[in-house]
Amino acid sequence: MTRHVRHPLVELTWTRVREFVREPEAVFWVIVFPIALALALGIGFRSNASEPVYAGVLDGAGSAGILSSIAADPSIRARLVSEADAERALRNGDVHVIVVPGEPPTYRYDPARPESRLARLAVDAALQRAAGRTDRFAAREQPVQVLGSRYIDWLIPGLVGMNIMGTGMWSIGYAIVYARTRKLLKRLAATPMSRAQFLLAQILARLVFLVVEVGALLVFAYAVFSVTSRGPLALVAAVCVLGALAFGGLSLAAASRAQTIEAVSGWMNAIMMPMWILSGVFFSAAHFPAFAQPFIRALPLTALNDALRAVMLDGASVAAIAREVVTLGVWTVVSFAFALKAFRWR
Amino acid sequence: MSDAGSHRPAVSCRGLHKKYGDVVAVAGLDLEIRAGECFGLLGPNGAGKTTTIEILEGLLEPDAGDVEVLGLRWGRDDRALRQKLGIQLQDTQLSDKLCVDEVVRLFRSFYHQGPDVDAVLAMVELESKRRARVSSLSGGQKQRLAIALALVNDPELLFLDEPTTGLDPQSRRQLWALLQTFRSRGGTIVITTHYMDEAEVLCDRVAIIDQGRVIAIGAPRDLVASLGPDHPNATLEDVFVAHTGRHLRDD
Repeated sequence: MTRHVRHPLVELTWTRVREFVREPEAVFWVIVFPIALALALGIGFRSNASEPVYAGVLDGAGSAGILSSIAADPSIRARLVSEADAERALRNGDVHVIVVPGEPPTYRYDPARPESRLARLAVDAALQRAAGRTDRFAAREQPVQVLGSRYIDWLIPGLVGMNIMGTGMWSIGYAIVYARTRKLLKRLAATPMSRAQFLLAQILARLVFLVVEVGALLVFAYAVFSVTSRGPLALVAAVCVLGALAFGGLSLAAASRAQTIEAVSGWMNAIMMPMWILSGVFFSAAHFPAFAQPFIRALPLTALNDALRAVMLDGASVAAIAREVVTLGVWTVVSFAFALKAFRWR
Repeated sequence: MSDAGSHRPAVSCRGLHKKYGDVVAVAGLDLEIRAGECFGLLGPNGAGKTTTIEILEGLLEPDAGDVEVLGLRWGRDDRALRQKLGIQLQDTQLSDKLCVDEVVRLFRSFYHQGPDVDAVLAMVELESKRRARVSSLSGGQKQRLAIALALVNDPELLFLDEPTTGLDPQSRRQLWALLQTFRSRGGTIVITTHYMDEAEVLCDRVAIIDQGRVIAIGAPRDLVASLGPDHPNATLEDVFVAHTGRHLRDD
């Protein structure tokens, strides 16, 4: 039994932490979901180097010769396809190129797909060699298998960023709207409680969970894929905290006026959807056109992912990620100020 | 609890108006509530009781009118005023996941002064439930917890909005006893209710409100007596009927 009265900010923060840890399902998803995703993607992209290309040879006169010519290259898996089947096989990615026998042969492929272009080049080289072309030289090869430059090394910081955004938005946004629908916010507003402290406590409570959820993902990535950070872990942690603050502020803003769970879900999806696509979680944001880049870089998830990758992959210093740090700081302050101003207590 | 302020009214308001869109909730309401009394706002559902009490609590802004609570004003002295008030609202649902003592400790932390958590729980007879989750409490226990939260700062003035609605007779009587203890220590209570018996037991004076106006005000006994000697067994209900031609509770 404590006679001692703790600071309201401490009480508010622990109240939120208690509510969260007493929701076992929420805890489960916050920790398990990113790990499951990392595992699935890590396995899916594990063996990029030895992945063969798939070629189809259209059944008909001359197809047997082409098949045997292609078979000389062990990195190509070739099979016969019927005309009826050809289009579907190509569309589904069962084969990446279709060779139509003829003089000369025809290559059917989708130039928009990188693997399709790759398969066309490999098949062409094999057929040219079989037709008598000789190579002028045999280049030495140096396959990159260095830790820190695989897809999984690039992916993990993105997953950390995405997770900080997702759980931050959902856990704070739902809790706020839930408390509003139960008229608990109105009751709190009837006390002398500082409203800024209430909002701040929601974000501080997030930082407690952050240790667990980011920690679990990073430990998993290290144990299973040997993913490590080139920069100091303290800096990785600091960037994560900064990201959590920014998304904490954003979720407060998203939940500041919503009266129903449906409404807040809509707002949060509207905020997060562009970032899932644009902010370079699964593939680099550099693919988007140049005119969109300033906008993409200004998004908080882009800043978070870029900063995490700079530190973890390149060992960047604080100075090198100054722009990302400032971006996250601005998002935090602006969204928090907006939430405090716009917040509906009833 | 001090009686230093017993010379000034605990609450005074004049010319209160509040509209929600086209619906007039409060239409020119005047009240003066004395320090140390238990004052009842009585009226049917939709009469404007909750709107009135929420304006007095500083949760709603009136469209027009003048409010003074404990000599202080909303919009100017909010922090100081909130420190002195105890408030129970209609249908507040506290977090199910928290334990009783955790909720009380949270609310206690907002105030400069007040009893400790155990003393508050003792007041509302919830000591045995201190480690129980809010979700496991009965309706009466939840309501006593709501009252406990209104008492954590040892308030000068207690606002209660239909505190016994939906409670069984035993829980209601328990709450009444609790409020009478608060009164006996010099506290002021403003309570809304649509139960006449509750008003008669608890209140020194009541204001009967209908369509956003005070239609009768006074001690329950005087109001009943005002109906005249022809009504020896009259109740507040009859007073309401006499003024409006309708019944307080249609259900």
